[in-house]
Amino acid sequence: MIRVTIPHHLRTLAGTGAELQIEVNGPVTIGAVLDAVEISYPMLRGTIRDHGTLKRRPFLRFFVCGEDLSHEPYGTPLPEAVVSGKEPFMVIGAIAGG
Amino acid sequence: MSGVRVLVGTKKGAFILTSDGKREKWQVSGPHFAGWEIYHVKGSPVDTNRIYASQTSGWFGQIIQRSDDGGKTWHQPGTPAGEPRTTPEGMPMGESNKFVYDTASAPLTTHQFYDGTQHPWEFKRVWHLEPSLSDPDAVYAGVEDAALFQTTDGGKSWHELPGLRGHGTGPMWQPGAGGMCLHTILIDPKNPKRIFIAISAAGAFRSDDGGKTWKPINQGLRSEYIPDPTAEIGHCVHRIALHPDRPDVLFMQKHWDVMRSDNAGDQWHEVSGNLPSDFGFVIDLHAHEPETVYVIPIKSDSEHYPPEGKLRVYRSRSGGNEWEALTKGLPQKDCYVNVLRDAMAVDALDQCGIYFGTTGGQVYCSPDGGDNWAPIVRDLPAVLSVEVQTLK
Repeated sequence: MIRVTIPHHLRTLAGTGAELQIEVNGPVTIGAVLDAVEISYPMLRGTIRDHGTLKRRPFLRFFVCGEDLSHEPYGTPLPEAVVSGKEPFMVIGAIAGG
Repeated sequence: MSGVRVLVGTKKGAFILTSDGKREKWQVSGPHFAGWEIYHVKGSPVDTNRIYASQTSGWFGQIIQRSDDGGKTWHQPGTPAGEPRTTPEGMPMGESNKFVYDTASAPLTTHQFYDGTQHPWEFKRVWHLEPSLSDPDAVYAGVEDAALFQTTDGGKSWHELPGLRGHGTGPMWQPGAGGMCLHTILIDPKNPKRIFIAISAAGAFRSDDGGKTWKPINQGLRSEYIPDPTAEIGHCVHRIALHPDRPDVLFMQKHWDVMRSDNAGDQWHEVSGNLPSDFGFVIDLHAHEPETVYVIPIKSDSEHYPPEGKLRVYRSRSGGNEWEALTKGLPQKDCYVNVLRDAMAVDALDQCGIYFGTTGGQVYCSPDGGDNWAPIVRDLPAVLSVEVQTLK
């Protein structure tokens, strides 16, 4: 079970708490986690990455085990701590006023 | 018992204000979608329980919400509760917030940026939702960067009408201060194939074939401070209004001047008359008097608040040129709010009600055609849009 934390506005959209728990079939990569989130929570499709380009939305970042993976390719494997569920894959919104 | 339902979009959520036909006592519901920018909320004219909302965020993109019970409950129409979350092929549903330009039919061009350089065309948000006059499942959406989309399945999926963006003048379109937005969509009630739209800052366009092809309708507009003041493209149109009984007559609040066309936009002439400013955003018409026009003058260009700190609605009963200030119940000193382009509406009760919302969070109502005003609410987040449903 992969744990994914999401920001407040996405929790209200998905009707969840701060943490999602998802299954990933096959290699656990950044892209595979995002795919699994969107399949389990289709209302989040387009909110984390752009619908058309699939690029990460510019005001969001991805952190894992204290490392910033925001600019890594979607095929990047995630560490064992995430695969085992010990550590979450974190989707974080920029703190930018508003 | 007749009544009204006022749909308010704000910087931090949507609010629904309801009253009976007297429009004296109000119930306030909201915030809906708290914390999100709600650019526009509008109900279907053929099913008042059906309402659509554009929910948007610089962080999380575009969401479309729909209510089937007059705003009591909402859902994203692409992800209805209890239905499969994936297609049989395993792909995610949730297409209701998918606004992807139809690049196969009209390749993405660039558009002019503020500094005159060319800039990529990128979807940002839905500014305006215009439900069909005959089908509650059909809605047009005007978006930034400017394009026109349509749903015919109640908002579950959206597709672009690419003829507008592919008109050929796209590289000359440029953003106004709010972005390069398609903000006005008017459907001719006597000829649903005829659609008017306006883009800031490109100008007004008309389609006579249901949105397949478009022609610019900007002759007669004059915009000082653009390189060619009478150019076919490049005018900063803020809002257009028409009366359903007389859809060939259009009224426009432009960045500079209030304009009128008597031939569906083929030719415009100025009707600013004695207005205290040549600038403003909103314009609307009395529900029962096609020659009665309302505007709210704002001081241009960068100040964007009422002249002299007096919040005044101006009414012309002669189709323009001669305007009277309506001030009863509105602040007449120290008022420095703005009224944005989608933030005025009228109801269709026998005594026509006029409504507008301000960036200071007030929503005002005049139940008597503008003679007397009172705030419905005073302290909402900055108001982006106001629409009214007349409940009979």
